[in-house]
Amino acid sequence: MPKLTIDGVELEVPAGITVLQACELAGKEIPRFCYHERLSIAGNCRMCLVELEKAPKPIASCAYPVADGMVIRTDSRIVRAARRGVMEFLLINHPLDCPICDQGGECDLQDQAMAYGFDRSRYQENKRAVPDKDFGPLIKTVMTRCIHCTRCVRFLTEVAGVPELGATGRGEQMEITTYVERALTSELSGNIIDLCPVGALTSKPYAFIARPWELTKTDSIDVTDAVGSWIRIDSRGGQVLRILPRVNDAINEEWISDKARFSLDGLTRRRLDRAWLRKQGQLVPATWAEALETVAKRLRATAPERIAAIAGDQTDCETMAAAKDLLARLASPNLDCRQDGARLNAHRRDFYLFNSTIAGIERADAILLIGTNPRFEAAVLNARIRKRWLAGDVAIGLIGEACDLTYAYEHLGTGPATLRALLHGNDPFANRLGSAERPLVVVGQGALARPDGAAVLAAAWTVARQANALRPEWHGFNVLHTAAARVGGLDLGFLPGPGGRDIHGILDGARSGEIELIVSLGADELNPADLGSAYLVHIGTHGGPLAARADVILPGACYTEKSATFVNTEGRVQTTERAVFPPGDAREDWKILRALSEHLGLPLPYDTLDELRARLAQEPRFAAAIGGGCDDLAGPSGDPDLMGEAHFVSPITDYYRTDPIGRASPTMAACAALRAAPSAVAAE
Amino acid sequence: MTQPSQKLARWTPAHLFDGGPETFAFSPAYRAKAEAQMAKYPPGRQAAAVKALLDLAQRQMEEETGARWLPRAAMDHVAEMLALPRIRVYEVATFYTMFKTRPVGRFHLQVCTTTPCWLRGSDTVLAACRRAAGNVPDGEVSLDGMFSVEEVECLGACVNAPILWVGDEFYEDLDGEATERILEAFRRGERPGAGSVRRRQASAPEGWPDVEGAALTSLAKTDIE
Repeated sequence: MPKLTIDGVELEVPAGITVLQACELAGKEIPRFCYHERLSIAGNCRMCLVELEKAPKPIASCAYPVADGMVIRTDSRIVRAARRGVMEFLLINHPLDCPICDQGGECDLQDQAMAYGFDRSRYQENKRAVPDKDFGPLIKTVMTRCIHCTRCVRFLTEVAGVPELGATGRGEQMEITTYVERALTSELSGNIIDLCPVGALTSKPYAFIARPWELTKTDSIDVTDAVGSWIRIDSRGGQVLRILPRVNDAINEEWISDKARFSLDGLTRRRLDRAWLRKQGQLVPATWAEALETVAKRLRATAPERIAAIAGDQTDCETMAAAKDLLARLASPNLDCRQDGARLNAHRRDFYLFNSTIAGIERADAILLIGTNPRFEAAVLNARIRKRWLAGDVAIGLIGEACDLTYAYEHLGTGPATLRALLHGNDPFANRLGSAERPLVVVGQGALARPDGAAVLAAAWTVARQANALRPEWHGFNVLHTAAARVGGLDLGFLPGPGGRDIHGILDGARSGEIELIVSLGADELNPADLGSAYLVHIGTHGGPLAARADVILPGACYTEKSATFVNTEGRVQTTERAVFPPGDAREDWKILRALSEHLGLPLPYDTLDELRARLAQEPRFAAAIGGGCDDLAGPSGDPDLMGEAHFVSPITDYYRTDPIGRASPTMAACAALRAAPSAVAAE
Repeated sequence: MTQPSQKLARWTPAHLFDGGPETFAFSPAYRAKAEAQMAKYPPGRQAAAVKALLDLAQRQMEEETGARWLPRAAMDHVAEMLALPRIRVYEVATFYTMFKTRPVGRFHLQVCTTTPCWLRGSDTVLAACRRAAGNVPDGEVSLDGMFSVEEVECLGACVNAPILWVGDEFYEDLDGEATERILEAFRRGERPGAGSVRRRQASAPEGWPDVEGAALTSLAKTDIE
């Protein structure tokens, strides 16, 4: 371990780190623009200059490895002069438009100019101007502000894996551009807005909306996919204005997907903000009392076995717990949280979790993806697989649709036939998995939400077992979920009770008339045509086909409007926080069920969120540790021999619009249109 | 779309220009040359041949269309050959000034205007070139497609200043009239011999070795005496 002296303090640092990192360990703040700890080192902004004793000139600390006996000064006269000089050069071509710049108030250049900037310019010549680029509907560009740190170029090339940005030209003519004027095709492109240290890349939907100091910041959790990325919700005056990532190395590192970041304008559109009742075939506005009384009357009049409840993709655990308790009181066993019909097995928790954990992907040395397209189903998780791939020496195989996953993989096949070959050792990839130290098998919903899903699940488990992926210290069997609510529902046992119907039974019953009343907990992905003539009580947030089909609409709250518990695909129990209040008469979903129970005369035993949380805390699976090994090799029930022949198809066809919020969002609609017909938009 | 008559900034990206083929592929002869270049590098490092391939593509363009420049289709073809992301090739092509990412004339006239050439009269050379190109703005192609003009920095031949660089040839010791003669020859389809228009041998003193008294070095006898 090299020992060096930084500003007179001697310290020992790990070998191989840079001088900048060593200075940070010593508690010194080094200004920087191009250096970013999660990207490769560029060393082109020169802002991080420090003085190294016996060196002829200041060194760029971000690109200089530490060595034993170095004497570094981070705040000497020379260092300050050097940084002032760098700053003056950076400001030569930077426009003085901070008052109209969206980065104002959170701009690295602005902040560092306060420390190192000169109070006036000595530059007499013309400044350069650069034409703005079109990066699509998400990213606004003002390229004259660009200081050529190349963070965006490096992010898209390294992390996102879509090398579409570059620096063309040289010197005065250098520009950051796609060169061919097209939108970026990454699902992580919004992150370059955060990375940009100046106002060159800003959020297009957020343009000229607010200043950072006006915003109320709420730490929360993303629910647009099952990753559960940590986010920060910025709101003002009862409206969510922007969503940013928070750092969590175990989940999303520093990134969030574009869907998580930009679908927020769907939070205020097409919202259900009052109760509606169907009278003479028409939905008419109703009061809460009226609507709840109608539902209660209907519930009392219906035989318990003819009542069913289905939970949606963004339903929180509180709501599902309350609904489960209510149905228990009504003595109805018909409930299911597997809205998409996935043959998930909740017998044991590790049958439906991403057991290796997201961070664990980096330790895997062979990865088998079955019926999943992680790029669309969990964009941030896909970046983690890419990170593992970049580190080298990993075999990645895919059974399913061939697509650009941003890393190279072996396309083994498209359907169960390949899985069967793997099972019997007839596929060379079986040896790759078997010889790997930490094999990782990922099963997607595309492989499970089909009639032979249970057989596929069992086959995948067997493949993992045969590859010796199920060991006390390493659990290599993983289910990748697409819905934020799913794992929570399975943990809570929001599943058919004894003799109850599962999702298929409920829908069959609805078609045949045996199920007369369905309570939808935001189950917006259901096809209204499948519901027969059942009386539909819809607790939802957005207008849509299901709300249009409903007989009673009870307006609920979105994830930004309630403190709610979600369990991510790894089994991590996390809560969102309320940033704003639900619109109009809309209420937190569990409170609706609590009120309904009162009207039924079967009151649920909790009046406050804390009391409900106390009920949740008793759920044994919520307290279970995650990331452990596998102690029991017995797999989920299902016979691998019963696998059909149909190809695996990812459940996500339109990445940007997978939930009611996304479908209501104009920004997501613009992205989806661009994705569907890139040439039509580019020709504009 | 920008009108051709409008003055375009130097850094205007190539896609704003009309022209250029929709598709481009190396001819068998050029493909063989390209593969020879790629074979120079160890396996997996073929991307190192990007500059050589871009130059070959530019030369093939000259053979096919008469103008030595790199349309986007050619850059895309090189990217495909080297398994590089397209933007990485665009970056290289736009970085080096010898790769022309916008159309040039049949004869792209590159006039050195750095100090030694300028002292020896490059202004008249440049003026002659611009006149020949019909006084279109520098960097644009004359209406007949024959010429385009570009001022360039030092070409490293100061002893024979001023210099005009066309294709692979340097024309040296120029003045306005000599330049016009060369450009007229180009127009007639001739290729006048390269080098000193005053038939100096390399950069030797004027007249050497045929003229009596011309010494190998002019430092021995100077006018200052």
